[in-house]
Amino acid sequence: MTDFAIAPPRSQSRAVRIGLRWLLYVILGLFALYYLLPLFVMITTSLKSLEEIRTGDLMALPREVTFDAWKTAWSGACTGIQCDGVKPYFWNSVLIAVPAVLISTLIGAMNGYVVAHWHFRGANIFFALMLFGCFIPFQVVLLPMARVLGLMGIAGTIPGLIFVHVIYGIGFTTLFFRNYYVTIPSELSKAAKVDGAGFLRIFWSIFLPLSLPIIVVSIIWQFTQIWNDFLFGVSFSQAGTQPITVALNNIVNSTTGVKEYNVDMAAAIIAALPTLLVYIVAGKYFIRGLTAGSVKG
Amino acid sequence: MSKWLEEHLPKVVLAPSFIAVLVFVYGFIIWTAWVSLTRSRLLPKYEIEGFIQYERLFAAPRWDVAMNNLFIFGTLFIVISMVLGLMLAILLDQNIRTEGAIRTIYLYPMALSMIVTGTAWKWILNPGLGLEATVQGWGLENFTFNWLVDPDKAIYTVVLAAIWQSSGFVMALFLAGLRSVDTEIIRAAQVDGIPTWRVYSAIIIPSMAPIFLSAFIVLAHLAIKSFDLVIALTGGGPGFATDLPATYMYAMAFSRGDIGQAASSAMVMMGVVFTIVVPYLYSELRAKND
Repeated sequence: MTDFAIAPPRSQSRAVRIGLRWLLYVILGLFALYYLLPLFVMITTSLKSLEEIRTGDLMALPREVTFDAWKTAWSGACTGIQCDGVKPYFWNSVLIAVPAVLISTLIGAMNGYVVAHWHFRGANIFFALMLFGCFIPFQVVLLPMARVLGLMGIAGTIPGLIFVHVIYGIGFTTLFFRNYYVTIPSELSKAAKVDGAGFLRIFWSIFLPLSLPIIVVSIIWQFTQIWNDFLFGVSFSQAGTQPITVALNNIVNSTTGVKEYNVDMAAAIIAALPTLLVYIVAGKYFIRGLTAGSVKG
Repeated sequence: MSKWLEEHLPKVVLAPSFIAVLVFVYGFIIWTAWVSLTRSRLLPKYEIEGFIQYERLFAAPRWDVAMNNLFIFGTLFIVISMVLGLMLAILLDQNIRTEGAIRTIYLYPMALSMIVTGTAWKWILNPGLGLEATVQGWGLENFTFNWLVDPDKAIYTVVLAAIWQSSGFVMALFLAGLRSVDTEIIRAAQVDGIPTWRVYSAIIIPSMAPIFLSAFIVLAHLAIKSFDLVIALTGGGPGFATDLPATYMYAMAFSRGDIGQAASSAMVMMGVVFTIVVPYLYSELRAKND
């Protein structure tokens, strides 16, 4: 739908039209300010000294820019009794997210390939079961998972968290790849079968090379989900293995000492940076992932 | 042997995931359902005792608050996000020159963790130094905005932050919907001299019914699972004023040591999700198989 909306009814004069156009841009601009405001406040607060925060204005630019809060947030802020900043937890999140994203994407690709192109009895039932599984509130698996992680001897560890994220990630990754692979004509794989190519060969030489866009979508989706996860992180970690979201919450809501709002904000920005960066660099794929599960097609 | 493997490889590939889903989704649901029927406290017990946990749950004032909050939060969050999202989508669909940049700005909160969102809004809404002080500084000395610490209003701050986070996403959904409406029909309507607002209200918006449904499902699902935002923004407080079912469940499971209550509240949450999602998924799957 392109140029119909501004096609003016004949009764409108040019002045009214230009006025409406201006109004439209003003409204859109105001909303842009609304969405940007918290980010602006976070950044400016993180660059102020505590003294300036107490005496100054939330909306004002810092009179004197200081990076002290960033230094404290990165390597000195206290999460409970430990005061190492968010640095160790940032790396925990990396150690959790990278393997979990790669493993769940690989499994999803294989699953999607099977469900879309190797029809056998039960494949559709599997897909339906998996799809329903995407929608359960995770509260319903928290208690048994805590016990199973204990039985497996990986409770409170980073491998434990990787395991949990892989298990509950493959529903979505399978969905992504299945929906992508059904659009690849089955004649392609049939012809390859006639030529003697096997299951893995067809996947490796035909499907995988075509999959780059959906691999990017899957990686971005999984990374955002896992990096931003709090529920699993807070339920299945212990001191030392917590992901950054849990550490951030501990810093902000720790009740001891002076409230250092600038440090809180710097820590929050550090926690947000990786996913924000992914969004800015690959926003198109981010949106595709978001809408893949919710829009038909 | 290799022939057998070649023939059955697809099933072999799918088997681990199949087993994982059966055990870690459906098996776990059954486990939780079972435990919700027992007298489990700190440790799970497996003798079924009937619905006593559910009786306790529905008699607990804190759960009552949580369900009420879910209703208030869910309704406002879904309705306002959809109205705002649709409005922004329509405004953005008027050949805006900077559309790409504006879309990026509207949607970026969706990339943030709810903990980050909660932290930011907690600071902005903080009565001492936040927005309240700023507006007072502008000369409105009597301006007060202390919803964050007011038990009757705190839940609305959760609504505010949640809308900020998700409305851009709803906008993106609707924008995609607007772009997929058949342009022929719209042109025909314009040739007939039908005013723009009528084109929207009578042709475009009704044809987007499936998108409304999708947006509703996604938002409802987000609302029921809301946990991190409340933890970061209000911590469930003041008191229990902003408890939601998810925070109630977590408190019972991990700080109160009341597994029976945790399990039964989780089952109720799942019941709510399923009454919303199952009919939708069922119709989606049927539509695809037809």
